[in-house]
Amino acid sequence: MTTTEPPLTEAAPGPAQTCPVMHGTQPAAAGRDLLNYPFSGAVPLDPPVEWEQVREQCPVVAVRLPSGDEAHLVTRYEEARALLADPRFTRQIPVNAESRIGASEDGGVFSRQATSGLKIFEGEGHLRWRRLMAKAFTIKRVESMRPRIQALADELVDKMVAAGPRADIARDIGAILPVRVIGDLLGVPTEDLHRFATWSDAILTLTRHSKAEVDAARQDFGIYLAKLIEAKRAEPGDDLLSELINITDSEDGRLDMVELIVTAMAILVAGHETTANMIGKMTAMLLADRSRFETVVADPSIVPSAVDEVLRFDTNPSIGVPRYVSEDIAVGGAEIGAGSTVIVSPAIANRDPRRFPEPERMDLRRTNNQHLSFGAGPHFCLGQPLARAELQVVLGTLARRLPTLRLAIDRRELRVKQGLIVVGFEEVPVEW
Amino acid sequence: MRIEVDRELCCGSGMCVLTDPETFDQSEEDGVVQVLRTQPSAERQAVVRSAVSGCPTSAIRLVE
Ligand code: HEM
Repeated sequence: MTTTEPPLTEAAPGPAQTCPVMHGTQPAAAGRDLLNYPFSGAVPLDPPVEWEQVREQCPVVAVRLPSGDEAHLVTRYEEARALLADPRFTRQIPVNAESRIGASEDGGVFSRQATSGLKIFEGEGHLRWRRLMAKAFTIKRVESMRPRIQALADELVDKMVAAGPRADIARDIGAILPVRVIGDLLGVPTEDLHRFATWSDAILTLTRHSKAEVDAARQDFGIYLAKLIEAKRAEPGDDLLSELINITDSEDGRLDMVELIVTAMAILVAGHETTANMIGKMTAMLLADRSRFETVVADPSIVPSAVDEVLRFDTNPSIGVPRYVSEDIAVGGAEIGAGSTVIVSPAIANRDPRRFPEPERMDLRRTNNQHLSFGAGPHFCLGQPLARAELQVVLGTLARRLPTLRLAIDRRELRVKQGLIVVGFEEVPVEW
Repeated sequence: MRIEVDRELCCGSGMCVLTDPETFDQSEEDGVVQVLRTQPSAERQAVVRSAVSGCPTSAIRLVE
């Protein structure tokens, strides 16, 4: 069974926009009346009205970022996918680029110099790095972690039930399960995991933390990891970090010490809050219209396609995937000038009717659902098999153990966490 | 129909293995795609096609 998202808001017209494709204009004119990006949906779980407007207007639209600078927003599926696979669009945005994304002095996490200059981020060096990492994220390896993820999910639901019949999915599952799973994988002691939430919040800040706070978090995080690496070197475990330390110590040029620390940091940060938020958003999306959740309860075999549909449908996604370009390139007929920042919005592209039949309908059995929520091209999310497994286990467990689950508040009362690059709800209160 | 893969493009996501484990596997060493049957049977072709379109880096190609 499928359901349609009931709109709670009237479509409000945004400022008039000119499509550079249709009108042959260059978008980068200072002081123009641009749409502010990211758009904020008036009601949580409703897609912002601007998504459809910008997509139907133009494959590439000029927007104003929180930093005040301009960027090109890519809005359609085909262009988005092609751009993410195009090596001329690089992932590292130098601070001296024309636009910065975040409001903090150095332009936010995307442009922080701390990680620039490392060869593992782009091109040949990145491919070699992916080959080293992919081993830990093959389908088989992730499947072998599933029983452990299941045990953890059951343990968390046991606790919810004992304290019930009310809980907060964001706090009681989201904030715990992904970080524990990633901690297990890397070999980080469970008692240290609480420190990551603080560090990763600071690192993922858009407007919430000052540059000093972010730098301090990075430094503490780095020092912690360097110590952990020392400890593991003395006493290796059966974990990814020990494996990577071995490679680093062989000094064959595959991974040096700085790259090792940056890698561990990246996996911890990328694998944690994205999935934590998605657990809350998934639950909220399925319970906002309970017939969706009931569909899963009635037929748990649809859990995998339901998870991918929820990922496609995400109404409160992150800001998008930024790219930097150092030459003039045409995208969807629009000229993108050298030095521009480009932002691909998976969420907007995921509702492109040119690619997805009935895109505004949540179809929990959707097939051929090649959404862009994990990106595409060489940087396609390294952790996606793990993220999928976690989301599938959580949904399967909730449907099996708490079939009467419902939202404990009106969905209009869901509050979005502000000021971070990854987006989620502060709380997802449920009862059963 | 024959399956060709570009090992350089492959990012080791394993999406093809999820879609069609009879035709695709991944190296345990570096996650790169391995084709178990380069010439899929007639009944297999539809699912192979969806593995091809589902590849996030377009690393799988069909030669008719
Ligand atoms: C629902 C959860 C998740 C979402 C929506 C998500 C989304 C993404 C996206 C869109 C990208 C592409 C970024 C780009 O092209 O610049 C990406 C890359 C990445 N993700 Fe995820 N991710 C999730 C979970 C995870 C997990 C669980 C891990 C780790 C265990 C992880 C690790 C990474 C890494 C390391 C990269 C960089 C890959 C590269 O550059 O080759 N992610 N993710």
